[in-house]
Amino acid sequence: MKTSEKHAGAQRADRSDVDGQRPDRRTGLGRRILVARELGIVVALLLLVAVTTVTNPAFLSAQSIRDVLLGASILVILAVGQTVVIVSRNIDLSVGAVLGLVAFATGKLFGAAPGTPILVAVLVGIALGAACGVVNGVLVAAARVPALVITLGTLYVFRGIDHSWAKGEQINAADMPSGFLRLGTSTLLGIPLLAVIALAVVLLVGAYLQSYRSGRELYAIGSEPNAARLSGIPVGRRVFIAFVVSGGMAGLAGVLYAARFGTLDATVGTGIELQVVAAAVVGGVAIFGGSGSVYGAAVGAVLLTTIGSSLAVLRINPFWQQAVVGGLILAAIGLERLLAARAANRLRGRTSHGA
Amino acid sequence: MAHDTLYAHPEAPAPEPGARRAGALWRALFTRWDTWVVIVLAVVVVGAGASVDGFAGPRNTQFLLMDIVAIALIALPMTLIVITGEIDLSVASTLGLCSAVMGQLWVAGLPLELIVVLVVVLGAVLGVVNGVFVTKFGLPSLAVTIGTLAAYRGLSFVVLGDQAVADFPRQWTDAASSTIGGSPVPWSVLIAVVLAVAFAVVLHWTPFGRSLYAMGNNAEAATFAGVSVNRAKFWLFVASGAVAGLAGVYWTLRYASARADNGSGLELAVVAAVLLGGVSIFGGRGTLLGVLAGVLLLGSLRNALQLADVPADTLNVVTGALLITSVVVPNVVGMARSWLRQRRHQRG
Repeated sequence: MKTSEKHAGAQRADRSDVDGQRPDRRTGLGRRILVARELGIVVALLLLVAVTTVTNPAFLSAQSIRDVLLGASILVILAVGQTVVIVSRNIDLSVGAVLGLVAFATGKLFGAAPGTPILVAVLVGIALGAACGVVNGVLVAAARVPALVITLGTLYVFRGIDHSWAKGEQINAADMPSGFLRLGTSTLLGIPLLAVIALAVVLLVGAYLQSYRSGRELYAIGSEPNAARLSGIPVGRRVFIAFVVSGGMAGLAGVLYAARFGTLDATVGTGIELQVVAAAVVGGVAIFGGSGSVYGAAVGAVLLTTIGSSLAVLRINPFWQQAVVGGLILAAIGLERLLAARAANRLRGRTSHGA
Repeated sequence: MAHDTLYAHPEAPAPEPGARRAGALWRALFTRWDTWVVIVLAVVVVGAGASVDGFAGPRNTQFLLMDIVAIALIALPMTLIVITGEIDLSVASTLGLCSAVMGQLWVAGLPLELIVVLVVVLGAVLGVVNGVFVTKFGLPSLAVTIGTLAAYRGLSFVVLGDQAVADFPRQWTDAASSTIGGSPVPWSVLIAVVLAVAFAVVLHWTPFGRSLYAMGNNAEAATFAGVSVNRAKFWLFVASGAVAGLAGVYWTLRYASARADNGSGLELAVVAAVLLGGVSIFGGRGTLLGVLAGVLLLGSLRNALQLADVPADTLNVVTGALLITSVVVPNVVGMARSWLRQRRHQRG
């Protein structure tokens, strides 16, 4: 039963992509699914913004939008990396620990060599994150152990390394060059630079997953790993790369975190992996792989961030935020199941008509 | 697959006469994962007792045991759930929500006897929610319980905010850390042992328990064999919630403080202990004895290293490395063996 649904999921993912050229007007299946997925969450986001704005028009002010975008950027980047891993039917729980480790390393780097060019610092951060991803990828792909277990283990290991390195030390904004800290607050044409970087990452990875062969193969692996292997896809290598990408993204997020907040210790990013997985799931990425897009995950991350600021504007106890996020995850996976069942029904119906 | 022997099921091998039988038994014993966990545990305890000052003292033993009671309790139903191929990541949040509600009910003036019952029932209800989502709606338990992990923890903050309720009566909080007679064994351990025996009997000596392995290996085949997979899983999630509620009561009294963030992140420690104890994350394999040894192993290792002045946060490296080793080693050994067998096959 599970397998047949996965199969439907694969076709669904493929359909929503070819839909860009509209070859399949007859059933409109792909379009309907796409509408229900990415658009559903966009509508949820717009509704939330509308309701909040009616209560307090200042919510739609340029400053407040900038704040939300700034707040969401780091989560978006992490969610993009997570999506690449999840579509291949894996999961990366170590991203929070990697972010923390890289953020602290960035602080240390500037402490040791204050003259380091910003671009070098960013590249070092991405490389360190990718190295963590290599560890995950090797363990998952070569030893064929479930990613849930491996990344739960490396979550502990990376966090532990972070702690033993930091030894309770805290790095402050004063220890980092002001040029680097400006990266976290400056704007480009009125848009926060962080948000521009996040958007670039989304478009880049989105295009890769959608239009490149190895990107498409990740969906095939997530839909049915055995079938993917039999059809000649190098499953191990693709999964390995997915983890390296996720690690690299977490590294980038770590550097940006350091630039934005300036205050760094070994607890940075603790527990953020759940928010990241939540963003992806709420954004329509199926937790057992094979479907979903980075665009959905990115909007999911923005939605989660917006909820936080909306609650404050609506004068709702901010403690509700996490409970609402939990409810959203449940709603999202429930909806996902409903759509999958309907899509499977439709596909079955079409086959029986002899089309 | 060679992998299988490492996780061999608890049935004894078919009896053979004389010395061969003894040899087979020994072999069966030493190819089992849980045997090795027990051996490593013994080595760690003896080694730490000999080399770390104060490890073997009665006071440290008492605190070590009290620290692992909550993990041991929650690990019991978790073992059964993972054997069926599911997972419950919401346990620590259930513990937290139960603790928060316990605090509010005490502030509201209810008698503690009643509160304890209500809180355990609340835990069971939270388990019902997980069970309904997983078995009635057919959603993956990993996603569902990540959702309820966030939801329950969020609700516990809604219930209690960031304050703490700490004015529980002395005789109750003392009871949570009192020991049996003059021994260093806390009473709470006795509760854990009784529950552990109950869960072990259910898992290893009842048809219901055997059916859990069957559905973990192949849910479809189990269904065709007449096992009601969904009903069994539903009740396991309820049991998991109720036990997490009980652990919430214990946690609150042990630390004499009801807080919304009680037990944060405990689910990772529980899952780590269960997997270290030899339960396969794919379901279908594992024993309760192995899990209890895993819980004790993680607990004593952390405790010993802490006494040896290794900072608590650094210990995470050890926990994580153990967890990874416990899954990678049997897998790699299994792959190597089947590769060797294949080669022998090709030659012969």
